[in-house]
Amino acid sequence: MKDSISRRAFLKRSGALGTLVALDWMLPAYARPGSLSAVTPVSQLSGDVIDLTIAETPFRVDDRTTTAITINGTVPGPLLRLREGQGITLNVTNRLSETSSIHWHGILLPPEMDGVPGVSFPGIEPGMTFSYRFTVKQYGTYWCHSHSGGQEQAGVYAPMIIDPIEPDPVKYDREYVIMLSDWSFSSVESMIGKLKKQPGYFNFQKRTLVDFVRDGMQDGWFSTLDNYLMWAQMRMDATDLADVTSHAYTYLMNGLTPAANWTGLFRPGERIRLRFIQVGVMTFQDIRIPGLRMTVVQADGQNVQPVEVDEFRMGPAETYDVIVEPKEDRAYTIFAETMDRSGFARGTLAPRSGMTAEIPPRRPRPIRSMADMGMQHMNGMGHGDHEPGNATRSEPKKGMQHDMPGVHGEHAGEGIQDRHEMHDRPEIPGSKPVKHGPDDHGTGNQAIPDFTQSRLDEPGIGLGGDDRRVLVYTDLKSLKPYPDQREPERELEIHLTGHMERFMWSFDGKKYSDARESILFRHGERLRWTFVNDTMMEHTLHLHGMWMHLENGAGACLPRKHTVLVKPAERVSVAITADAPGPWAFHCHLLLHMETGMFRVVEVLDVIPEVKS
Amino acid sequence: MKSFPQVAAGVVAAAISSGAGIGMPAANAETWLDKAKQTLPSLSHPEGKYHHPTHSDRNYPFLRAEVLEYRPRSDESDFRWDMQGWYGGDFNRLWVKSEGERNTAFKADYDIDMQLLYGRFIKKYYDFQVGVRGETQTFRGENVARAHAVIGFQGLVPYRYEVESALFISQDGDVSARFQTSRDFLLTQRLILQGRFETHAAVQKVERFTTGQGLNNIELGLRLRYEIRREIAPYIGVSYDHSFFKTADFVREEGGDPSQVRFVAGLRLWF
Repeated sequence: MKDSISRRAFLKRSGALGTLVALDWMLPAYARPGSLSAVTPVSQLSGDVIDLTIAETPFRVDDRTTTAITINGTVPGPLLRLREGQGITLNVTNRLSETSSIHWHGILLPPEMDGVPGVSFPGIEPGMTFSYRFTVKQYGTYWCHSHSGGQEQAGVYAPMIIDPIEPDPVKYDREYVIMLSDWSFSSVESMIGKLKKQPGYFNFQKRTLVDFVRDGMQDGWFSTLDNYLMWAQMRMDATDLADVTSHAYTYLMNGLTPAANWTGLFRPGERIRLRFIQVGVMTFQDIRIPGLRMTVVQADGQNVQPVEVDEFRMGPAETYDVIVEPKEDRAYTIFAETMDRSGFARGTLAPRSGMTAEIPPRRPRPIRSMADMGMQHMNGMGHGDHEPGNATRSEPKKGMQHDMPGVHGEHAGEGIQDRHEMHDRPEIPGSKPVKHGPDDHGTGNQAIPDFTQSRLDEPGIGLGGDDRRVLVYTDLKSLKPYPDQREPERELEIHLTGHMERFMWSFDGKKYSDARESILFRHGERLRWTFVNDTMMEHTLHLHGMWMHLENGAGACLPRKHTVLVKPAERVSVAITADAPGPWAFHCHLLLHMETGMFRVVEVLDVIPEVKS
Repeated sequence: MKSFPQVAAGVVAAAISSGAGIGMPAANAETWLDKAKQTLPSLSHPEGKYHHPTHSDRNYPFLRAEVLEYRPRSDESDFRWDMQGWYGGDFNRLWVKSEGERNTAFKADYDIDMQLLYGRFIKKYYDFQVGVRGETQTFRGENVARAHAVIGFQGLVPYRYEVESALFISQDGDVSARFQTSRDFLLTQRLILQGRFETHAAVQKVERFTTGQGLNNIELGLRLRYEIRREIAPYIGVSYDHSFFKTADFVREEGGDPSQVRFVAGLRLWF
């Protein structure tokens, strides 16, 4: 055993070295160190004291040179390679003219080291240095980013790998970090301004007369007209898949555009660990490597029982580690297609530099379905000729409560991405549909679904209609059971709300500026928190300071996550052990949703005034 | 109106430069609301841009020229505009609106209308508005003007029709109303056909303002625009104007034509 460990340690080191060598060799001329500063995480920092500097730096995106806000001069910032159990001091100097911060995403630490201005510390003033000091209590793949305004989108993010003390249960010969992000030449502030004034500003895949004619000829004119009118009546957009699209974003892999083609080298037969980190502040991406199966071994830095998949979806701030074993002497494309299919990030795994593989065509953009609207289907499938999951022209049916008096269920059989009820999974909270209460969350919330329900076993919109095995949340099982196996003693529910027409995002109908009271947890308690998505968009919810144990039916092996993807009209429950006293941020990790109000403070107190059960 | 193209060019230039300005972080520094509210009383620090975890109470400025057009005719060249804008947040906004015409089809030499309103976002889709309106036009070669109190609402009704309506009570106690609706149809992602309907009605006859009792007029328009970018869209279209009853008589007396079809060409702009 000892032998294999030292061999692995050696290989890991050489793997990391391989990253450097590969990057040096593989980058196009402009991206090589020396010809342009800082395009990719070429540097790795470790040790007990790490100095980081946030500053504006020239940044090249294909043929445009622009200004990014960087950590130590690169986008992404340097790889922070830490060791479980070590004490770390991270001195972060702010060279910007505005306040800045770094938040260590998914890391357990004291609240004052968490790095959220206005919650746990004041932020780092221009010219000042803040020293983050904490003991590293975990291992896995993580990342860090600015928690100040739009700085994260502008480039302030970096990968973190924490190596375990115990032998890593995951065996690999080589590893690469694959950090996915969405670059824009506009600021977050200006994007929010545009969306407040025209909610479909960035969507150039709306349904037009051309689509209407095509759909009419395929599905019949009457049902097409009925469908289009139904969406119009609800004042919703069936193509609302992403608030910000490739119109404003260039999707990067390790800081490189698809044309620049980030490349990782391998020898055929090696086990390669790919540590995927989704930075994309407004982007969900579907990742696959045509020709290779991927074995998911870690989610959000937590080891999981290996699951072999062809494709997986990543929402903002999630991480997944996968193992691939390319056997052939050929190049493989790492393809990260956006959920709205408007763009992609791309890189290559290759045995030699300069090799490329085919870039797959993008699939047609899907359409929001009845299930996304929370429309309960009661009459069974009405149109059996539709392939399940072939969601490019699915037919959502009437759903939103306040708009549709008396018509519930009438046309309910026509959804394509119909939810399949998880009758056989009673252990999953919300496996049976739950009717939404009478509270419609006020004017700040556009509509409420009739019903919400667990959709943990669904791959998500636009996925699952082909032969590919797609990761679903019910696949995630922790490698070993976590210590706290108590049944939750208390349950809380929070509704994800918003208004698409005004680009308002909130919890329980109130944006943060109108609801600054903290959500209280009692220190030591085990509680169940149920997230109810009343919107027709996906969100990723991130709780700082504590793990969320995803109640996905995995029994004693509930997976831990720092960021949970919640689908439209879904209810998801997590179990939380409130073991971290102090104030913590809780928010949607879509940056524009957080900035417009989908944010709360959770406070863990020894005594809480009143406990609602 | 030979100067009109220059005016339009000026407006475009202003819109472009303002639009660019929005993207500059520096230009935003003043617009952040620096309320020193803190989640945690224990945290005290100076006000600043990123001292709050989010900025969900931020205010935004908006200005849109839905109609800004030239209406060619053999003997005269007319123009028309319909603009509105606001400054504010999600729920409370200060609105300005302006409509105007030169050589109007059925009224006077010119007719200009300005409104200043407070708007509150209610019932998920509507801005309820109250405020004042000033109106001026020519009547028998002279300028006439009056002020109104305004109560109105606007918003998006089911089937995605934009609706704007208002009730006016003039300084003399005359009551009138305006209703307007429009809908966009996407022919392609950038080529958009807008249908538009506007009508006016009055309780009292007010000859000086070319207003008869009852239904005054309707206007039906179809405008086809091409969004070069979302904010800038040249358009062409056709507009049918028709006055009714006593209003039509007043229009005739003023030398206007109470029923006519006009071709239009203009620019839709917002920032």
